This record gives sequence, C-alpha cells and structure tokens, in this order.
Amino acid sequence: MTVTQFVLLGAALFSIGVYGVLTRRNAVLVLLSVELMLAAVNVNLVAFDRHLADQLAGGQVFALFTIAVSAAEVGIGLAIVLLIFRNRRSANVDELDLLKL
Amino acid sequence: MIGLLAPGLVAPVLVVAEEAHAAELSSGGLLASAAWLIPVVPLVAAWVIALFGKRFPLKGWDVAIAVMGFEAAYGTVLLLSHIANPIGYEGTVEIARIGSLPIEWGWTVDGLSIMMYSIVGVVGFLVFLYARGYMEGDIRYTWFFASFTLFAGGMLVLVSAPNLLQLIVGWELVGVSSWLLIGHYWEEHENSSAAIKAFLVNRVGDIGLFIGAIIVSVSVGSFRFSDVLDGVESGAPTLARYAFWGGVALFIGAMGKSAQFPLHVWLPDAMAGPTPVSALMHAATMVTAGVYLVGRVYPLYLTEGFADDVRSFIIVVGALTLFLTGLIALVQNDIKKVLAYSTLSQLGYMTAAMGAGAYTAGLFHLFTHAFFKALLFLGAGSVIHAVHSNNLSDMGGLRKDMPWTFRTFVVGSLALAGILPLAGFFSKDEILASLRFAGSEESGFTAAQGGAGLANVVLVLAIAGAFVTAFYMARTVFLTFYGQYKGHGHPHESPKVMWVPLAVLGFFSIVAGWINIPGITSTFTDVVGARFHLVADHHAESFDYLAMVLGLAAAVGGIALGYRIWFPDRATQAERDTFTIPGLYPLLSAKYHIDTFYMDGIIRPIRGPVAGAVNWVNGHVIDFVVNGAGLAAMGLGRGVYVLDQEGVDGAINAAGAVTGAGGGVLRRMQSGRIEQYATWLIGGTVALVAGFIIFS
Repeated sequence: MTVTQFVLLGAALFSIGVYGVLTRRNAVLVLLSVELMLAAVNVNLVAFDRHLADQLAGGQVFALFTIAVSAAEVGIGLAIVLLIFRNRRSANVDELDLLKL
Repeated sequence: MIGLLAPGLVAPVLVVAEEAHAAELSSGGLLASAAWLIPVVPLVAAWVIALFGKRFPLKGWDVAIAVMGFEAAYGTVLLLSHIANPIGYEGTVEIARIGSLPIEWGWTVDGLSIMMYSIVGVVGFLVFLYARGYMEGDIRYTWFFASFTLFAGGMLVLVSAPNLLQLIVGWELVGVSSWLLIGHYWEEHENSSAAIKAFLVNRVGDIGLFIGAIIVSVSVGSFRFSDVLDGVESGAPTLARYAFWGGVALFIGAMGKSAQFPLHVWLPDAMAGPTPVSALMHAATMVTAGVYLVGRVYPLYLTEGFADDVRSFIIVVGALTLFLTGLIALVQNDIKKVLAYSTLSQLGYMTAAMGAGAYTAGLFHLFTHAFFKALLFLGAGSVIHAVHSNNLSDMGGLRKDMPWTFRTFVVGSLALAGILPLAGFFSKDEILASLRFAGSEESGFTAAQGGAGLANVVLVLAIAGAFVTAFYMARTVFLTFYGQYKGHGHPHESPKVMWVPLAVLGFFSIVAGWINIPGITSTFTDVVGARFHLVADHHAESFDYLAMVLGLAAAVGGIALGYRIWFPDRATQAERDTFTIPGLYPLLSAKYHIDTFYMDGIIRPIRGPVAGAVNWVNGHVIDFVVNGAGLAAMGLGRGVYVLDQEGVDGAINAAGAVTGAGGGVLRRMQSGRIEQYATWLIGGTVALVAGFIIFS
C-alpha cells in the first residue's frame, strides 16, 4: 500500500464533494457533499501521517479535530437548513439569493 | 538691559560767565527710571482712543485728558525735583544691533528734556481741556483726540530721545500727526492741500536731518547724543572733519520743523487745522523741536574746530526769519495767520539766539513763548468760536461781550510784545542782551563765526522786530476788541471749560519770566544747564540796561503807533479798519512772493516735465509692461485651459470610466446565488493551487 493510492482516493472523494456542492440544489445534499470533501482531507492527513512516520502522530490528531469540527458544522448547518425550510417551504439553494444586498 | 549712565561732571565747554552750574547730577531715583512712561502712555492711549474711544462716556476726551493730566503732573514733579536736586539720567533698551552699532530705545531725563516735558504736559493739558469746548459737536471728535494724543506721544518720544534714531522717529510722528490734524477738515480741498504742503516742506528739512544724522553718527560710530558730545569734548578727529557739514545738515532739519525763513511757508497754511492744534503744535511745542534739536547737540555748534562756523548761518537765518515774517503779520486779515506769522518771528528770535551762542536765552524764549502764544491762539479760537469767522474784518468791539477772552488776550499780547513784568520781556531781553554780548569783544563769537559786526546787525534787526511785534499785536487787539462789532449775530463769552485754561495760561504768561531775572534768579539757567555735557553760557549778573531800554522802547513805540493808527474812532471806522502800510503793503500781502516763487519757480517747472515724463513713462513703459503682462497672462490662460480640458479633465474622466466599467464587471459577480459564489471560491482555490505548483 503506497501513499499514492490514498492520495488518489482523497482526490476522488474531494472531486465528488466539489461536484456535489456545485450541482445539488437541495441544501442537505450540499452539506453531505461538504462532508465528503472533509473526509477527503482526513484521508490525506492520515495517509501523510503514516507516510512521514511522525512521532507525535500530528496528522491523526488533526484528523480527529477535523471530525469534531465537521460534526459541529453539520449540526449548525442542518439547523440553518431546517429554519430556511420552515420560513420558505423549500430547501433549494438556487432559490436562496438573499446574500445579494 | 537698562543701562544707567553714571553722572559725569564735564568741564564747561565755553566759559563766558561766572554762573555756576550744578556741580553734581543725581540719578533721580524711581522718578527718572520710570520716565519711560512719559512717551509710552500717550502713544498707547492714542490707539485706545482711536479703537475704543467712542465707547467711553465722553467719547475719548476723558482718556485724552487723563493722559495729559498724568503728563502735566509727571512733568511738574520732575521739574520741581530737578530744581531741588539736578537730575541726569539716561535709560536705554537695546532693540536691535547692526554689526557693532546698537539700535536703542531710551529716555533722557536731564534739564533740557525735563523743561520740554513740563511744557508739553502743562500747556498740553490746558489745551486739551480747552479743546473739549472748542471741538464740541465736531464730526470727528474722537478721532481728533486720538490724533492729538498721538502728537503728544510723538513729541515726548522726540524730547526723550537719547539718540538720533529715536529723535527721527519722534520727528516723523509729530510730522504725521501734524499732517492728520491740519487736514482735520479735509472736506475742503484747501485744508488737505495745506496738510500736504506742511508735510512736503517739512520733508525738505527732514532730508537735511537724515543726512546730518548719518554724517554725525557714522563719523562717531554711534547714534547716541552722549557719544557724539563725548566726541566733541575729546576732539575726535573724524567727527571734527565732517562736523561742519553734519552741523549744516542738522540745522536744515531744524529749519524745516521750526519753520525758518526759506522753509517757513508751511506754518501759516497750517492754520487750516483746528485752533487747539495751532496752539499746541504750531506754536508751543512741535515747531520748537528744531530749536530743541540745536540745543540738544549744542556743544557741537559751540566748540571750536567742530560746527562752530555754522553759527553764522544759523544767526542769519534766525534774523531774517524774525524780521521778515514779523512784517507779514502786519497785513494779515485772518487772526490766526497774524499769530502764525508772529510765531515764525518768535522762532526766529530763538534761532538767532542759538546762533549767537546764547543757549539759555534761546530756550528761555521757547519756554515763555509756549505759554503766551498758546494763550493767544486759544484766545483767538475763543473769538472765532463766538463770531464764526477768522477775519479781523468780522470782529471788533468784543471786549464787553467776551471779558475773559479780552483780558487774557491782552495779557498774552503784552507778554508777546515784551512789556516789563510779563514773561516775554525777560526772555526777549535775554536774547537782546546775548546778541549785544555776542557783538562785544569778549564773546566767543569770532570772525570765523560771522564776527561781532554780524551780531550787531542782528541786534538791530531784533530790536526792530520787537517794534514790529508790538505793532501788529496792537493792531490785532484794537481791531478785535475795540470799535464796532462788524460780524453777524451776537457773540457770547465762551464756556467755562474754554476760558479757565485761558486764565491759567494768562497767569503763566505773567510769571513764567520771573524764574530767570538777571542778577536775581537763575533757576531756568540752572535747569537747562544741568545735563551730562554742560553748556555754560552767558547769563548776566545784572540787566544789560542799554538792550533793555532799547527793547522796551521799541515795544512801547510799537504799541503807541498801533494805538495812533488803529485805536481812535476818528472820521469813520471803515478808514482805520482798512488802513494799509504805505509802500510796503503789496510786497507784504504777497508774502515776498515766496510762495509764488516756490510754485512758479520750483514746483511748476519741476512738476510740468516730471508730470510729462511720468505720463510718457505711464503711456509707454508701464502700459507696455502691463499690456505685455496681460497678453502673457492671456496666453498662459489659454495653455492652461487646453491642459485643463484635455489633460486634467481627460485624466479625471478616464479614471471615472475605468471605475464605472470595473463596477459594471464586478456587479455581475455579486448575484447573491450561493452556487455561483461557491464556484468562484473553488475556482480561486484551484487557481491559487495551480499557481503554487507552477511557480514553486
């Protein structure tokens, strides 16, 4: 098992995540795609950690932090989506153009 | 900062008499060291009156009279303490320095300046008091007192000056306030012309003063009078070489201010000013500045080897002035002009005395003349105030209507004529005695200075002048106060604020002469003689009886002749009113054609070509320059216009267009759609990563 295979896996996961963010209209699915991108980052962190044989295992620790942060992010993100849906009866991101002043 | 000069005792420059001068000069204590207030207070007050005078309850007069009261009190206290214990003090403050030559402001407190302080203070106070009544209702009442106070300040700057530069400052200050006050009624063209004439004629003399100050100061290396006189005393060779021309030039300055013969023409015209101005400036104080200047540098004129030769010039100028101008006074119809010519004549006496080496006599006449001439002018003003005319032909018979004016005017006239116990007698007698002394063998008036013969000729002229003086004053008194009233309306005595100063001045006109009676008192001689550079001169032990009898006879004769011609109401009054002196009248009424000569002989020939030349220069040179400048400015304007339109506006428009276009492009990015933002975000990240990969 070389590091190349894990990097390719991470790249594939990241690309799928980007595609999902840009193409999905449902806000929940956009959030899922973001989670995919974060998972790709975690794969990369762990792979490079093993590859470089870091004594302190810093990559794995960063991966744990990322997981924790993404859990929090999803929590907030879902709450926002739920509120948007209640207000507007829709969770389609292409209908949400309120960021334009 | 303030240097106190140690009082130095100096051997008398010319010992011709036994009168002992003050042996020791005291520093005068606080009284002298605080004397800088004397010139400063009125100068400050002049600005206060000019700026805030109208807000005071009495429209600025109250400030002016307070200032003059201060001056009178300070002057009197100084004079009394000087008589008790002679003061010699010089305070100086250095203002600037040119190389090694310091420019100083200072104040002199010695016999000569104390005498002037007391005259300016006391006579000034009385004239200011009088002016309140005289100027009542004037349109520029406050302004009048502002200028008048400025004059007092300028005069005191002049007499307190310890150096030539400050003297010039004071000289010009009185010149400019004279100009302001002669032209007080400037609405009439004649008056403003008189002001300009006075200023310009004075300027001729001023050039002499400047040149003299430069010659004397440069050859001594200091502007201070004390250094100049030290130089005289020690026989400084550089000063001795140039002293003659320096002395001549300084005296020309004195001739301008003291209105001596060829430069006398401004003073009669100066009567266009209000009467209090004529009384204080053009009789009592300002016109004596020239005599004062000669007195201040007197050792220069007295010491052999310096400017002693100039004295023959001085005595001739004085003699011509005293005699010729006195005659003109005989034919004047304007009462103020009579007094103006009389003032010229008396100034001639003072100058002649100075020329004859009689320092004390000249200054003594200055002192007494200040009182009785101020009195006469104020009396004339009182009459003018009552009859609303300056002309003797509109007066007559006023003695019952205006008792106080009449009494004081007669006292003043007798004092001026030199009748025995009054002030003018003693001072004029002293001048006659000095002239006789100068003409005698034992005097220091040597052949080089004109010789005894010249002094005797001047003595004859002075006695004849005394006759003329008495004659024209008799005429003035008889035409004004006797006979029938010829004016309009009914004249009344002036208010108390006007006749009280007259009475006080009348008192002084009687007693002022008693302080220097030969053989009895020598107070005045001691007062003006007590200074750092002692000027000892002739003050006789007893009367010079011949001079006294001749002078008195001339005065009585003049009055008698005046009485004979103008007093009796014989035949008709009209005849005596229009009496003219046979033979002389045309020449005198034309004022010896001097004004005409100046106008036709000097002013017009110069003015015509100068005006032509100026016109040509104006038409050709100045217009060319102006037009050229205009054209150049126009061309430059065009260039700037183009640059502005094309360059600056272009740049600004371009900047605007770029910003607008940029805004148009960027506006499209801000759509509010999340996918688009995410696309930009990811595109940007990809571009950054690509950049890192390519360029790292």
